[in-house]
Amino acid sequence: MRVKRTQAVLAAVAAAMALTLSACGGGSIQNAKQPAGSKDCGDLNMAVNPWVGYEANAYVVGYIAQTKLGCTVNYKDLDEQVSWKGFGNGTVDVVIENWGHPELQKKYMASKGGDGTAVDAGLTGNDGVIGWYVPPWMKDKYPDITDWHNLNKYASLFKTPESGDLGTFYDGDPGFVTNDEALVKNLNLNYKVVFTGSETALIEAFRKAEENKTPMIGYFYEPQWFLAEVPLVKVNLPKYTPGCDSDPTKVACDYPPYPLNKVVSKDFADSGSPAYTLVKNFNWNNDDQNLVAKYIAQDQMDPEEAAKKWVDANQDKVNAWLKGTGVTS
Amino acid sequence: MTAVVTAPRAARHRPAVVEMVIEHARLWALFLVVVVWVAIWAVTQGQDTLALSASAITDTHRQLQDASNWVEDAASSGSSVWVNAANNFADWINSVFEWLQHIFTVPEFPRPLPQIGWLGTIALAALVTFAVAGWRSLLLVVPSFLAFGFLGYWTDSIDLLLVTGIAVVIAAAVGIPLGLWMGHSKVVTAIVTPVLDFMQTMPSFVYLLPISILFGIGAAAAIIVTLIYATPPVVRITAHGIRTLPAGVMEATASMGQSRRQRLTKVELPLAKRTIIVGINQTMMAALSMATIAAFIDGPGLGQPVLDGLKRGQLGTSFVAGIAIVIMAIMLDRTTTAASVRSEQASRADQAHTALRRGALGAGAIGTLVALYLSHNYVWANEFPSSPDLGTPIRNKVDDFGQWLLTDVSSLTTSIETTFTEKFLNPVQSLIAESPWYVTAAAFALIAVIVGGMRAFLFTVVCLAGIYYLDLWNFAMITLTSVLVATAIVVLLAVVVGVWMGRSRVVDRIIRPFLDAGQTMPPFVFLIPIFILFGPNRFTAMVAGIIYAAPVAIKLVADGIRGVSTETVEAAESSGTNKWQMITKVQLPMSRGSLLLATNQGLLYVLSMVVIGGMAGAGALGFDIVHGFRNSSYVGRGLAAGISVVLLGIMLDRITTYGAERAQRSQDSSGRTAARWRKVLRLSPAPQGLAHG
Repeated sequence: MRVKRTQAVLAAVAAAMALTLSACGGGSIQNAKQPAGSKDCGDLNMAVNPWVGYEANAYVVGYIAQTKLGCTVNYKDLDEQVSWKGFGNGTVDVVIENWGHPELQKKYMASKGGDGTAVDAGLTGNDGVIGWYVPPWMKDKYPDITDWHNLNKYASLFKTPESGDLGTFYDGDPGFVTNDEALVKNLNLNYKVVFTGSETALIEAFRKAEENKTPMIGYFYEPQWFLAEVPLVKVNLPKYTPGCDSDPTKVACDYPPYPLNKVVSKDFADSGSPAYTLVKNFNWNNDDQNLVAKYIAQDQMDPEEAAKKWVDANQDKVNAWLKGTGVTS
Repeated sequence: MTAVVTAPRAARHRPAVVEMVIEHARLWALFLVVVVWVAIWAVTQGQDTLALSASAITDTHRQLQDASNWVEDAASSGSSVWVNAANNFADWINSVFEWLQHIFTVPEFPRPLPQIGWLGTIALAALVTFAVAGWRSLLLVVPSFLAFGFLGYWTDSIDLLLVTGIAVVIAAAVGIPLGLWMGHSKVVTAIVTPVLDFMQTMPSFVYLLPISILFGIGAAAAIIVTLIYATPPVVRITAHGIRTLPAGVMEATASMGQSRRQRLTKVELPLAKRTIIVGINQTMMAALSMATIAAFIDGPGLGQPVLDGLKRGQLGTSFVAGIAIVIMAIMLDRTTTAASVRSEQASRADQAHTALRRGALGAGAIGTLVALYLSHNYVWANEFPSSPDLGTPIRNKVDDFGQWLLTDVSSLTTSIETTFTEKFLNPVQSLIAESPWYVTAAAFALIAVIVGGMRAFLFTVVCLAGIYYLDLWNFAMITLTSVLVATAIVVLLAVVVGVWMGRSRVVDRIIRPFLDAGQTMPPFVFLIPIFILFGPNRFTAMVAGIIYAAPVAIKLVADGIRGVSTETVEAAESSGTNKWQMITKVQLPMSRGSLLLATNQGLLYVLSMVVIGGMAGAGALGFDIVHGFRNSSYVGRGLAAGISVVLLGIMLDRITTYGAERAQRSQDSSGRTAARWRKVLRLSPAPQGLAHG
């Protein structure tokens, strides 16, 4: 028993000393200087939704907010549903790339009948495209495969043990917008939709299909870093016309174009933070995003380094975003 | 002993066929059920399968969705007492975590570095290790901490340790008293056990969203998610420790007229201490296995780089972070085990030894203070040095390996997938999922009664009724098929490898580290290489489940084989049995208890991978659960799928448990040991498992 008591005392002394020591600063580690922000920025809670293109947007904006505006940027790895929920209790300020999500708008945007905790902060300049894609080797070998009318002709190529006598059509992450089951039915295609369940699974499958020259058709989208590695070819579905997708069970047309936008919390928008001005001004094109995404995914750079590299090379764009924040470059 | 060997000889007096039927009556009954089932399936296939499109939502799902929305609204309105309590609890956990982070990992403005850097952290960890587990553990702990840094994940590793630490402290604070109470009261046991079952089988993805709504996004939500899964082991094992205290000691102390309180603190707790530490060890491992899952709601720690690698298609990144998790798991496992052994030795230590230890502790404490001082004041002792960098070369090697798999191997492996799925998986799935639902249900009820008796039958009927009510029958049957087929393969592997290990210490020593790694590596890490080899489909999901479940099953069989008494083996040897007869007639039959336990654990481990399977192309219930997490319109259906998984788990557990109990009534004492552990580990998909879906 005595031994144990000695141990406990020693441990307590050590812990107490550690705390005392940690309470006094100084020494060789010098305190940082106040960053050069003219207005007080405070915290910026940036949701990081799980795809690389999103990371590119998030870290470029975050890097500028941190280095130019002196914000404390908290990156939070969350998916869309959780992020939007976070607007309400102040844990999330910004969703920097939003793909539509009418169901979330309905819940959280006042203009759509929601509780008003989320507000639109303008377009990112990125144009989202969703569609059906095949690996490039198939386009070379079967040039007419890009017309949906010919899909039934080639259905037998796409047969797998997952789909029996039908062709397999691969779908991706269940969080992404999809009409594929309805499309297959309404266009009378001899395919079965197989759910890969994640973006990783879908990308690896396309990579493998191109490598081994095996047939594959599936759901994909741009901007996407993977297209720089394997330039998938889009299949033309019946042209999209406004309203042709209004009844989800009767859809028989291509996906609409998705002009991607930014969504922020109401409190953040009203806060007068220079970070909000930055987020609102932020606007770039698909090539910009793909470049930063390539730095992250293929060159394996840390997202912050990737953002720095792009920002250093694109001062003119960055300066335009800083207008109205009280800071010039 | 000799009876085992001579029994087959006696059988020759009767006709062989009759003898076989009598000896294996239950096996033949099972065979009959399957034959009849196949016959009915052949004519009714495709009728009344209750198939539901992947995007359909039924009234039951809508009701669940409404219930979940109601909870969500209550949470955001913040008016209820419960919600306030939840918020306060979350705030409290968050502030504790942030305080620790500011000491160890996150600089607080204007200080550019945390209060204590790597040198101080390692010194503190070493001091604590020395105090609780002895100096030998230092040889593991210090290199492990250095490895976290050299692999490039110092901060994430320490964050994960902090999260795990807080979770374990809370789990122990709640779990040990609850376990003590369960140990003393049958009523409490009866009430708490189903709750624990539920906590351990409910796929975490089902409650990720509600927890992050109720407790806010942040460390608190991650810790609570971890607690749900990790608390049950310490409760169960503590209760077990109390229940199995030697009756003689208890009676002796009772006759001495001690009060209940005295008995608890003076007798029960000291005697059960070692078992309770085993419980804490299990809780710690389970908590660590939640690292990757918690990262889905921004849980701090090594789970984040694992998911980053997955999202960026970088096998190497996930792998290196996974290695850090494996190292942490092995470090914590071995250290707590050493601490539990030590807790007994300490009381027996002699005077000279005690003095020596006290001196060493004093010196260590002074050294730690110096290290803390340096670490607080000097950059070199605070920021982990960037070289040597082990992470990058490993990452590159693993990426090259992935590339090699893709270019040179993947075209060959695809045919394995296709053949297996067409020739084996699809026919079995057709029988189970495409028979009319009442036929499949009747077949399972009959199998349950034959294997496990009346109690198993009742559980099966109730569980199947629940699945029927939740409107996901067809998907549940597809999932069940994959689980059964994968488990069959797991058991096969367990028998082959387990026997090999059980018969040879050398083989055991070589294979065991791989099993430990397979069990502790987060499954998300090995998903990418399996995708490369086999593409997204049910087979891939099964392979992931097998990799996760096989290690525990193999270990159980190996231990069972080793547990067969040497006298039995020697007796059999002297009567001239050869190696094959020894395995099939002596060692395997005598370790039947371990074999059944391995089957049971294999089933539950495979089942716990259902959600990860859903992310790997298996569809069915796993997909529904991911769908519910990712898309707010499918929350209700995801919840239904989650409950269906729980029901499948309880059904499979009860059939195998009662089956094992029956089989053991005629078993020797080594079987009884297994049965005892079986009760402890019941429905614990992570007895030593760390990677969990």
